[in-house]
Amino acid sequence: MKRTYMLLAVFALAGLMVFSGAQNAFAAPTIKIGVAGAHTGDLASYGLPSVNAAKLVVKNINDKGGINGQKVELVIEDDQCKPELATNAAAKLVSAKVVAVIGHICSGATKAALGIYKDSKIVTISPSATNPPLTQSGEYPNFFRTIAPDDAQAKLAATFLAKTLKLKKIAVLHDKGDYGKGFAELVKQYAEEYGVQVPLFEGINPGAPDYSAVVNKISNAKVDGVVWGGYHPEASKLVQQMKDKGMNIPFISDDGVKDNTFIEVAGKYAEGVYATGPTDTSTNALAIKAIEEHKKTFGTEPGAFFLNAYAATQALLNAIEKAGSTDYNKIVAALKSNYVDTPLGHISFDQKGDIIGFGFSVYQVKNGVFVELK
Amino acid sequence: MKSRSLLADIGKSFLIAIWFMVLLFPLMVMKVNVSKGVAQVQFRWNMLPLVGIAAFVLSLLWRFALEWNEKRGNDNRTGGPLAKLKALTSQYLGIAVVRKGALFILLAFAVAYPFLFGMYHTNVMITAFIYIILALGLNIVVGLGGLLNLGYAAFFGVGAYTYGLLWKYVGHSFIAAGIDPGWLFWISLPLAGIIATLFGILLSLPVLRLRGDYLAIITLAFGEIFRMVMQNSGDITGGATGISLIPRPWLFNIKLTPQKAATYIYFIAIVLVLITIFVVRRIEDSKVGRALEAMREDEIACQAMGINLVRNKLITFALGAFWAGIAGVVMAAQTTYINPDSFTLWESIIILMAVVIGGTGSIPGAIGGAILLKLLPEYFRALAQYRMLIYGIAMILVIIFKPDGLIPRKRKQYTFKEKELAK
Amino acid sequence: MEYFLKLFLSGTAKGSIYALIALGYTMVYGIIQLINFAHGEIYMIGGFTALILGGFFFSNGMPVWLVLLFSVLLSIIYASAFGYTIEKIAYRPLRGKPRLSALISAIGVSIVLQNFVLLAQTEKFMPFPSYLPEFSWLQPYKEYINSTQLIILGVTAIIMVFLTLLIKFTRIGKAMRATAQDMHMAQLVGVDVNQVISVTFIIGSSLAAIGGVLICSYMGQINYYIGFVAGIKAFVAAVLGGIGSIPGAVLGSFILGWTESLGTGYISSDYEDAFAFVILIVILLIKPDGILGRTQRQKV
Repeated sequence: MKRTYMLLAVFALAGLMVFSGAQNAFAAPTIKIGVAGAHTGDLASYGLPSVNAAKLVVKNINDKGGINGQKVELVIEDDQCKPELATNAAAKLVSAKVVAVIGHICSGATKAALGIYKDSKIVTISPSATNPPLTQSGEYPNFFRTIAPDDAQAKLAATFLAKTLKLKKIAVLHDKGDYGKGFAELVKQYAEEYGVQVPLFEGINPGAPDYSAVVNKISNAKVDGVVWGGYHPEASKLVQQMKDKGMNIPFISDDGVKDNTFIEVAGKYAEGVYATGPTDTSTNALAIKAIEEHKKTFGTEPGAFFLNAYAATQALLNAIEKAGSTDYNKIVAALKSNYVDTPLGHISFDQKGDIIGFGFSVYQVKNGVFVELK
Repeated sequence: MKSRSLLADIGKSFLIAIWFMVLLFPLMVMKVNVSKGVAQVQFRWNMLPLVGIAAFVLSLLWRFALEWNEKRGNDNRTGGPLAKLKALTSQYLGIAVVRKGALFILLAFAVAYPFLFGMYHTNVMITAFIYIILALGLNIVVGLGGLLNLGYAAFFGVGAYTYGLLWKYVGHSFIAAGIDPGWLFWISLPLAGIIATLFGILLSLPVLRLRGDYLAIITLAFGEIFRMVMQNSGDITGGATGISLIPRPWLFNIKLTPQKAATYIYFIAIVLVLITIFVVRRIEDSKVGRALEAMREDEIACQAMGINLVRNKLITFALGAFWAGIAGVVMAAQTTYINPDSFTLWESIIILMAVVIGGTGSIPGAIGGAILLKLLPEYFRALAQYRMLIYGIAMILVIIFKPDGLIPRKRKQYTFKEKELAK
Repeated sequence: MEYFLKLFLSGTAKGSIYALIALGYTMVYGIIQLINFAHGEIYMIGGFTALILGGFFFSNGMPVWLVLLFSVLLSIIYASAFGYTIEKIAYRPLRGKPRLSALISAIGVSIVLQNFVLLAQTEKFMPFPSYLPEFSWLQPYKEYINSTQLIILGVTAIIMVFLTLLIKFTRIGKAMRATAQDMHMAQLVGVDVNQVISVTFIIGSSLAAIGGVLICSYMGQINYYIGFVAGIKAFVAAVLGGIGSIPGAVLGSFILGWTESLGTGYISSDYEDAFAFVILIVILLIKPDGILGRTQRQKV
């Protein structure tokens, strides 16, 4: 029957594809480290720099002879910051028998993948996933990160606007996404604890061309400042449309906006915008060296989370070395009990997996550059 | 004659090559980069001849392909090597023993699959199965009933969220009472089907009077509204944060490693797929199925024959939604984390593509389409950035050369054989 | 009251943005009953072409007004060329085949175009410099409306007038109306249907290109993905007003814009899209063919 023939053909084809895609066994045993994140799609600019960082660190280590006599090998998988692709990537990495994973990049994808890593006992260090429950809920003892969680960021932003800028009434906007809304909600909570009023708390549609209605609403609410939780494309449109309507109130945002692309896109409208971001490391000698390395090897300036990923890879490899093995429990213990010198500073990890020795600062755009405010 | 038309062809292709070189000039040859407020344009001249040559060659191939396509006609005629191969295989498969043997091998392969290929590939297959169920469900609405549904992912989401919300609200009491939360999976399966069906009936109410593309847009609206509601009701449904750590299905209280859980879900999925295929075939052949087909072909004639359109439309949507609900529960169990971003308009479009490319209204078509659409991008991972581009091109090629789908539905035909006239 | 006026004007600005894209959608649908999913991508390509060529001219010292003129003209030409080419390659072979097939082809084209621009250019958001003039006399009213919004509004109005005149009073307009009513009959009375369809695509794409330049100037940024989002909204607007009807597309766009704006202003921005869809459902319940839609007569 024709139909069965077709079904057979389809299954055979699938099987053939599988055979052709099967992994080859490597002769010499290497320590396999997975690198997972958004490498294609619209968030690729957040994920690719981490791949570069891992590559640089691993090359350095391998040139020195590897760890415990073995070379380190990277297994790179793309998840486009989508949870369902993240689980596939995680499954692939587990099948490839990685010892640990640097990743993922987006909190949502990380959450999805952690389920698999946890059960397979694979250490996961993220350079950029800032969702607080990832470490603080205690659900994922295998998870670490080389970036401070969102509540630290939110608290900093709230304290800044309440105590330094002395704002009394603010509007809080977000992009309805996990990261942006999370930040916005925390800022609202902390700000209200300081006695700041938040008459307006709303989500806007990312990707919409026109926010003039929301801007009208903001000006109608007569607030002293606006807090934005989300990424830079929307921040850029908001700032432009606000200034066009003559609103010159402070605009405070999160590290999704503390990115040079924001300044590029918003142009003159970016001036004066505040954003929280990881503490400035430009005077750190190791950071300078790492950035030079990147420019020499890849020909461009490194992008988002490069230094965080660099530090994560270094901390991980250091822990494996100190532990003398690739055993899960030993690596976890080593991460928590050792300090490493990285481009982020002298860092270690606390009991929950959060980073010690590195935090957030507030930045402001002055003359077209993000300047750290002390 | 032949040489003249060949020269004409080459001439035409040459002009086409020039057309494309000019057309794609800004996008391919020029590259813009904005740095510190100043736009800089870079010229990649090596792209120009590349575009020209590619356009030349492809346009020649394209013209031949189109001619061949037209000569081919609509039904697959006999003659030609591919058709002979098909005829040969059909002949062999006609023999009961061969057919049963082939099915047996197929089944054995399917059963052995997770043990042969590891967790990653098993997971990919589970996703393919989920989409097979989805495609079969949508096939009822689009293929059988002829109603275009652009919001199908909403029913999918309803199923997934049924399981997720049950876990969120009831899960901990289960654990406290000492019952394995995996039971929730088995409770959710039928529950999700029922709730999705209710949503399906709900959707069909406003669309009863609409036809064609207006119907489509309402279904699209419905799908988007569902997603937005899920996203914004954070306190109830977890919103953008989603629901995580959804338990794996219950198996006699055995604690499953991800590897084993994947295998377990794989088999559950296969069983569900088989059930779906069976039920859908029964529907197709039943009175209800025939009424739906009549509705698809000609609504007015249908009414004239005494078929209740309203009831039929309701049935169509309800039936279609049911399978999506079931698929949703499996998906939630597989990924253990759900959020509204998995149920976007784009998802609905992909499922629709699976049905149309596979063959609207045909069951093997829907299965084939789902497999193709879900497995291809996974296996193309190696090609990374070009993946989606190739995918889009493949879509266009398939639909142009096989607009009825890869495995079009067979219309029931009766052929009369003229008896030999007695001399 | 002042608040209402501000919101109303915001809605009008939004509506005119949607209208620029919706017009192209509705024109193509009116002629060949195809939901051209790729229309949003033409809009995006129009914007990118203007960015690339405009950037080139500007960095070579051309005066601003000339840069604007050239980039608009060239993006129109290029977008039309793209529209024409796409129709010939991906839609013409499917004429007469089931409608769903053309729809799938359109989706395929949309994917190809998006990824093509992504690969050929960049995945990043690019700043889009606006070469549009600033009207200083509008400054005191900047809380209500700004120069770019006014320009977009004006252009939409001009285009609508232009299209209506074209359809009503020219020969090609008559041919288009004939083809829209009944393609086979039009062929029988001597209308070159292929030409009409190509012209429709060219006009529709030109409109999309103009929309691309103006709207990207307004947003100040461009990215390979903007076509998809814009396309869906514009499609909803066109259906709302009655797909196939040109005044309908404009009306639908404005209704959409006002609904979203007032909904955001008085209720919440969280459900902005939901307002749009709810209004759509309500209108289609009352008038199943859209507000100005022609009732499709059903032949038995």
